[in-house]
Amino acid sequence: MVRDRDMLISLENAGIHRSERWLVRGVSMSVAPGEIVTLIGPNGSGKSTTAKMALGVLEADEGKVQRKPDLRVGYVPQKLDVNWTLPLSVNRFLRLTNRASRSQIEAALSATETGHLAKAQMSRLSGGEFQRVLLARAILRSPHLLVLDEPVQGVDFNGEIALYKLIEDLRSRLDCGVLLISHDLHVVMSTTDRVICLNGHVCCSGTPANVALSDEFRSLFGEHAASGLALYEHRHDHEHLPDGRIRNDSEADIDA
Amino acid sequence: MLDDFFTRAVIGGIGVALVAGPLGCFIIWRRLAYFGDTLSHSALLGVALALLFELNITFAVFGISVIVSLLLMLLQRRASLSSDALLGLLAHSALAVGLVVLAFMSWVRVDLMGFLFGDILAVTPFDLAIIWGGGVAVLAVLVRIWQPLFAATVNYELATAEGVQPDLANIVFMILMAAVIAVSMKIVGVLLITALLIIPAATARRFSSSPEQMAVIAAIVGLGSVWLGLLGSLEWDTPAGPSIVVAALVCFVISVLPVPGRGRRERAGGPASSTAASDRDRT
Repeated sequence: MVRDRDMLISLENAGIHRSERWLVRGVSMSVAPGEIVTLIGPNGSGKSTTAKMALGVLEADEGKVQRKPDLRVGYVPQKLDVNWTLPLSVNRFLRLTNRASRSQIEAALSATETGHLAKAQMSRLSGGEFQRVLLARAILRSPHLLVLDEPVQGVDFNGEIALYKLIEDLRSRLDCGVLLISHDLHVVMSTTDRVICLNGHVCCSGTPANVALSDEFRSLFGEHAASGLALYEHRHDHEHLPDGRIRNDSEADIDA
Repeated sequence: MLDDFFTRAVIGGIGVALVAGPLGCFIIWRRLAYFGDTLSHSALLGVALALLFELNITFAVFGISVIVSLLLMLLQRRASLSSDALLGLLAHSALAVGLVVLAFMSWVRVDLMGFLFGDILAVTPFDLAIIWGGGVAVLAVLVRIWQPLFAATVNYELATAEGVQPDLANIVFMILMAAVIAVSMKIVGVLLITALLIIPAATARRFSSSPEQMAVIAAIVGLGSVWLGLLGSLEWDTPAGPSIVVAALVCFVISVLPVPGRGRRERAGGPASSTAASDRDRT
């Protein structure tokens, strides 16, 4: 086990409380250099919230969040809206939070196959082009940590695989840690070192193989999703009710 | 030269327009038009307090605007009301409190119309010093914070995550806004300040391909509007502040008209061209 201070980021029992409910709670996780950690979970399970908490965009209301000093982050947010009123070319967008030379910009754009878009306006890009440019901007910073929130939304299937491959390459080339948020289970599982399964709290975590075998994973994503990944079953220890409450098996026994 | 009231009006108006253009771009990009309104409405409270405590009106308005913007930031973080409701609440409460305070001071006679619609022709050489001194300072600060402010405008979370510290830039921006409203109140008045911020910036959008370019063009459009508006006001004996806004509006309308040559080429070959042609045939 790597010691905590070698970690790029680490969360310890961290949680965010908004409008009288916990969005996420009791999250402990960390990302080491050169490691790809993937957060999976259903909609509203707190994946983006956890990432924002790790980045310091949201202040944790409980627990501890640590970032390595002078950590350089490349962030691809889940939503970024460039409306028509903002005249912003791809070239200028790539220099949004850092200086960059022409050759650096060209390299980042060609890595994501968007070299031809350098002069295009951001508001005119298609969904898939936009995501590629977002990724190009994040890697241009040669970050210690890449945080990618649904980075392949709107990208077609072949492009998706290419982008995940690119992320894997970057990890080894830049030796950067990657915190990935995704719901494309099958593609993600093959590229990731560690999976954290979220649903308001950490349901299960471990290597992709172990997580796919776990029962929490099955109950979150259904037998169908798990069938291709899991080999055998084991016991539920808790259940997620439709209203968001969590029932432990012991309580269920009492109810019955 | 400064003896002539018209010359003073032009110099003062241009000074305000050069600053309002670039700031107005951020107002448009961030969808903050109502924020500008809120600040300018609360300016009247500043006027009332200035008269009550015998302060300089410009500085009092500046102070109140800063307080209102900080109050807004605080409420946005803590209250459950939406931003537009908060803005409406602050704007009209401050306006109403300002009017009530003015009414209590029976010993002062206030030209309310002057504050609501501005009195650019009454600009003094001292006002000019404040406008240009303040204007240069505002632009210098804006250039300093441009990079983080722009990053925060595109995406606040991204800017925070990548260590740009947008909160500081946001607060400085609000202070700059307060300063511009304080110095431009005399030129166009409380009710029309937002127009001077927004219309030149909106006009500039069509002709810009980068944010920096849009800021510069907005300043130039503002300058032209002041010049044309004041000339028109002299020619037709119309109120100066509203005339400037009307001139800006004319510039905007011209900017959205289709360019004859370019428009035709864009349409040629497209599916729209055939329907347009058939429409014309029918009429």
